[in-house]
Amino acid sequence: MNIAVCVKQIPDPAAPGRLAPDSFHLIREGKLVMDDSDSYGVEMALQLVDAAGGGEVTLISMAPNGETSGLRTALAMGASRAVLVSDVRLSGSDALSTAKVLAAAIKRNPFDLVISATESSDGYTGTVPVQIAELLGVAAVSFAKKVTITGTRALIQRQSESGYDEIESELPLVISVTAGVVEPRYPSFKGIMAAKSKPIESLSLDDLGLDGNNVGGSGAREMIVAVRETEARQAGQVVEDDGEAFVKIVEYLEQLKVV
Amino acid sequence: MNGSIWVLVEDQDGVPSGTSLELISAAHNFVEEVSGIAFSTNATALSKALEPYGVERLYAVAAERSSLPGVVLSHALAQLLAQGVEPPRALLCAQSFTGRDTLARLSVKLDVPILTNVVNLIEIDDDLRAEHLIFGGEKVVTSQFTHPGLRLFGIRAKSFVQNETHPKEVVIEDVNVEGIGPSNSAKVISSHSEERSGPKLDEAAVVVSGGRGLGNVENYSLVEELAKLLNAAPGASRAIVDAGWVPYSYQVGQTGKTVKPNLYIAIGISGATQHMVGMKGSKNIIAINKDKDAPIFQIADLGVVGDAHKVLPKLIEALKQRQ
Ligand SMILES: Cc1cc2nc3c(=O)[nH]c(=O)nc-3n(C[C@H](O)[C@H](O)[C@H](O)COP(=O)(O)OP(=O)(O)OC[C@H]3O[C@@H](n4cnc5c(N)ncnc54)[C@H](O)[C@@H]3O)c2cc1C
Ligand SMILES: Nc1ncnc2c1ncn2[C@@H]1O[C@H](COP(=O)(O)O)[C@@H](O)[C@H]1O
Repeated sequence: MNIAVCVKQIPDPAAPGRLAPDSFHLIREGKLVMDDSDSYGVEMALQLVDAAGGGEVTLISMAPNGETSGLRTALAMGASRAVLVSDVRLSGSDALSTAKVLAAAIKRNPFDLVISATESSDGYTGTVPVQIAELLGVAAVSFAKKVTITGTRALIQRQSESGYDEIESELPLVISVTAGVVEPRYPSFKGIMAAKSKPIESLSLDDLGLDGNNVGGSGAREMIVAVRETEARQAGQVVEDDGEAFVKIVEYLEQLKVV
Repeated sequence: MNGSIWVLVEDQDGVPSGTSLELISAAHNFVEEVSGIAFSTNATALSKALEPYGVERLYAVAAERSSLPGVVLSHALAQLLAQGVEPPRALLCAQSFTGRDTLARLSVKLDVPILTNVVNLIEIDDDLRAEHLIFGGEKVVTSQFTHPGLRLFGIRAKSFVQNETHPKEVVIEDVNVEGIGPSNSAKVISSHSEERSGPKLDEAAVVVSGGRGLGNVENYSLVEELAKLLNAAPGASRAIVDAGWVPYSYQVGQTGKTVKPNLYIAIGISGATQHMVGMKGSKNIIAINKDKDAPIFQIADLGVVGDAHKVLPKLIEALKQRQ
């Protein structure tokens, strides 16, 4: 079974985010790391290939620069190889442009399953995976929390507003997996060493036969026109519990007429 | 603005979801004519429920019932537009499971972008701009489209208020969808709902949420007990949903429910930006956390620095005494 896993490389989430003053695009210079949300997809892919008794996990990523450190993390977990689409023209991509690029990269190799996270930590549109499915002309099950594959059929538990739906589908298929579906493994020392020699194929838009006017910054047909601070909520009264803080809470509840 | 706006109406057990009604009300801020589209088992009942909100037409989509709604709805929308139905100025969908799936597929079919996570819409120069939050709610950005086509918006729950101000009889128009092809090969074979007691999380006047600071799953029963005493809905941070202590339907935050109750009580929750995005709009906030530097205290009206295992039993006891 061959699985393509989308892995987004993002600026360190602990560092404060910055926007370019003119374009308001998110500044993505410097080191990028694997989005934590994608570690679940990588883990699930490794487990499914294992259960199928063979196959490859290929990572697919798009970034405006040639950054690979996030991909090395996922390779160290056990993925076989990676494809990175990197092109300066990709800066300022929106979700649809991103999906077009990722779909074009995925299409170059036959796949049974495409796995992504439900939403990225920095962009969180949550639309990229299903856009990829539509571009590939296949079914998609977003918000998957359990996946079992038997032969060419997938059985999936999908989150719903009130609980979950049981979904059945033929492969090929795109799924987006929620956090917490599996426990992502930590790369072992051996894994980290092995990752150094695993192949990362680097592709430009031209390699994919994509027109720079339809994707990337020029292809995005939406733009940010203004940015402002949100009104901060004021902190109120803080009390240290000396054993009697519950009385304060009861008083507050009375004041609000909740009790 | 001239023209109409369409709203994706999600049917929840025979009634329109709260967010669908919020979107219909939002649309009336900009246009006279608002229409809905739904993949419902009972369009007649749904249209009756929509009457107070001012819906001109309800496109009732009929398709193989086990299909995923996003596949069917996006196909139906593209089909309607291809058949020459007067295109609306914008389509508003909730940032929900079905809303996202529908927008994603439709954006590819029409080759137009989507503005997602919208919390407000503004009309400028006869066009709609959208506001959304970035950097965990620290900044608001305003975005606009630069293409001439249909405007697609994914809107977060509780961004607009429901308004019963345009009562009208709803005209039902049937839309039959067939032969979708391989993208329709995923089928729902069963649905399971996770039982929960008390008021609904996104409708309750009081919400009591617990986080990892509770220590273990058994202690969540304290949250439930307190919720019961306050006629509140129990909620949770993602940390304890991922840990399997409570079902996903309890989750408050960016990837869970948005709540705006009169009172939100956060117990053993640190206040990560992704959690706060879902509850910052609460009128009053009480936080109990043993770390005085926990970010949740920055937005709490009453912060108690203390051990939840000590404070909660006393609070519960005191409330029981009063009953
Ligand atoms: C893309 C993305 C989406 C996300 N979406 C969501 C979402 O929708 N909702 C959400 O909640 N999170 C979400 N998160 C996760 C979020 O970043 C946090 O990891 C999560 O909210 C932390 O949960 P917590 O506060 O329960 O746990 P922690 O951050 O571990 O905090 C536990 C708190 O309990 C306190 N504590 C410990 N012991 C006690 C005690 N005895 N008494 C009192 N206090 C105690 C500690 O001081 C600490 O502040 C998302 C993350 C990402 C990347
Ligand atoms: N640039 C990218 N490279 C690789 N995968 C991506 C990229 N952008 C989005 N994805 C995948 O699509 C998911 C949803 O992204 P988003 O729609 O931005 O919330 C992410 O969690 C990734 O799995």
